[in-house]
Amino acid sequence: MWPALESGHNLGDVTHVTEILEVKRQKLMVTSPLIEFRNVNFAYGTRPILKGADMSISRGQVVAIMGGSGSGKTTLLRLIGGEVRPSIGSVSVAGQVVHELGRNELFKLRRKMGMLFQFGALFTDLSVFDNVAFQMREHTNLPESMIRDLVLMKLHAVGLRGAQHLMPAQLSGGMARRVALARSIALDPMLMMFDEPFTGLDPISLGVIGGLIRRLTDTLGMTSIMVTHDIQESLRIVDYVYFLADGVIAAHGTPDEVRESKVPFVHQFVHGEIDGPVPFHYQAQPYSQDLGVGAGSDV
Amino acid sequence: MLLVLLKSVPGFLRFRLITREIYYAGVMSLIIILVSGLFVGMVLGLQGYETLQKFGSESAVGTLVALSLVRELGPVIAALLFASRAGSAMTAEIGLMKATEQLAAMGMMAVDPIARIVAPRFWGGVFSMPLLAAMFSVMGVFGGYLVTVIFIGVDEGSFWSQMQSSVDFRYDIVNGVIKSCFFGVVVTAIAVFEGFDAPPTAEGVSGATTRTVVTSALAILGLDFVLTAFMFRGVS
Repeated sequence: MWPALESGHNLGDVTHVTEILEVKRQKLMVTSPLIEFRNVNFAYGTRPILKGADMSISRGQVVAIMGGSGSGKTTLLRLIGGEVRPSIGSVSVAGQVVHELGRNELFKLRRKMGMLFQFGALFTDLSVFDNVAFQMREHTNLPESMIRDLVLMKLHAVGLRGAQHLMPAQLSGGMARRVALARSIALDPMLMMFDEPFTGLDPISLGVIGGLIRRLTDTLGMTSIMVTHDIQESLRIVDYVYFLADGVIAAHGTPDEVRESKVPFVHQFVHGEIDGPVPFHYQAQPYSQDLGVGAGSDV
Repeated sequence: MLLVLLKSVPGFLRFRLITREIYYAGVMSLIIILVSGLFVGMVLGLQGYETLQKFGSESAVGTLVALSLVRELGPVIAALLFASRAGSAMTAEIGLMKATEQLAAMGMMAVDPIARIVAPRFWGGVFSMPLLAAMFSVMGVFGGYLVTVIFIGVDEGSFWSQMQSSVDFRYDIVNGVIKSCFFGVVVTAIAVFEGFDAPPTAEGVSGATTRTVVTSALAILGLDFVLTAFMFRGVS
């Protein structure tokens, strides 16, 4: 799985490689942010989702975006990809305001992005090999022999070189997610977005996907944004965490800061408490009134 | 529709995408078209003979079978079958691609789903429909021949000669082909639109598939009347 170990290098070499990658990552992070949200407001119809969200993501980082269901996490990814436009505010990627781009410019920007969808979204009529080769065939004029080599390299990176001839229906959930990951890094994107990458995975697959996200981000010099509910796995691999609640960034910090946080919402989320700022009960009239007992009751 | 036409250029440049759809929409529909054509022709032969023999005109049964098929039944029934088999499959496939985020994934890869998915399917259907209608008519004529000449014993020479003298290539056959081209455009346009517009849920895809069949059937029958009114106005 780890190329350095497979090729027979000793652990000293691995440590050296890790140090080089760390220096490279630090260099990337000191430059200007790759993504900036400035006072972003967004609504689906009349239902407001984001109400002035501000966020900044540096290059070379793995960032997790967390929050309750329906809090607008996936919407943040859709805003970055230009699938939807903010009603107020702006989202910038690599210095370009996404919603101001024309269709061709947006597609040019998207070629530098990769996205891993919640259930992989593999093309069901194409084999694993053809799925990974899809973007190369669509966007490049590379000869088929070179595409073959590149596809095998990408599949090898996710440990599925041997599955190249399988169809998506023959893959397990974890394998499908890994193939989708190989497909999304096919053109070596500068930015990777992961929409709930750990959903429905067994512990082994979960660890594999988490490890791959971290390792590929470091080795390919990408920036990764991950929308997830899996607090333990994400705190293990990310550099920074944003918490989204009530349409704004409610809290943010490094994994250590998040673990120690006294902010009630973060504390409830990290420790999985059933009641707190996010109430257990859906908004309702008083219980006694519903049961027809107590003051104000006709019974 | 206009969007599909505008974005068809890449599909024509990579004609492989269209031939693949001709295979799925056309070749895979051949069995149902051929079998249906055979039985429709056989029924036409039987009913035609039954009626015409009362007037001593049973030798005209070949004319009746051929004109009914190439003018009306060939294009119309082939289009109805095409809508049920290939149109519904197109809608379900595109709808499911939408529901499983495959279209969104394609968009995020900077590949236009209309150019890559919708346009090749549209043209695949448009090219397949007239060919299928022609196959339907040929098979129907053969079915009529089988029943009237082989089983009942109508004279073979008068069956074919009457048909040959009554069926005009431009007036009957070409008009039938034109009809089937119109039906091909309408059915595939409805099918790809319903698929692309389907709500991304199981219920949404199911509803869209039903709408494709129902809307296509109504559109075919309505359009058939309009086209017939323009093409055949008592001129012979």
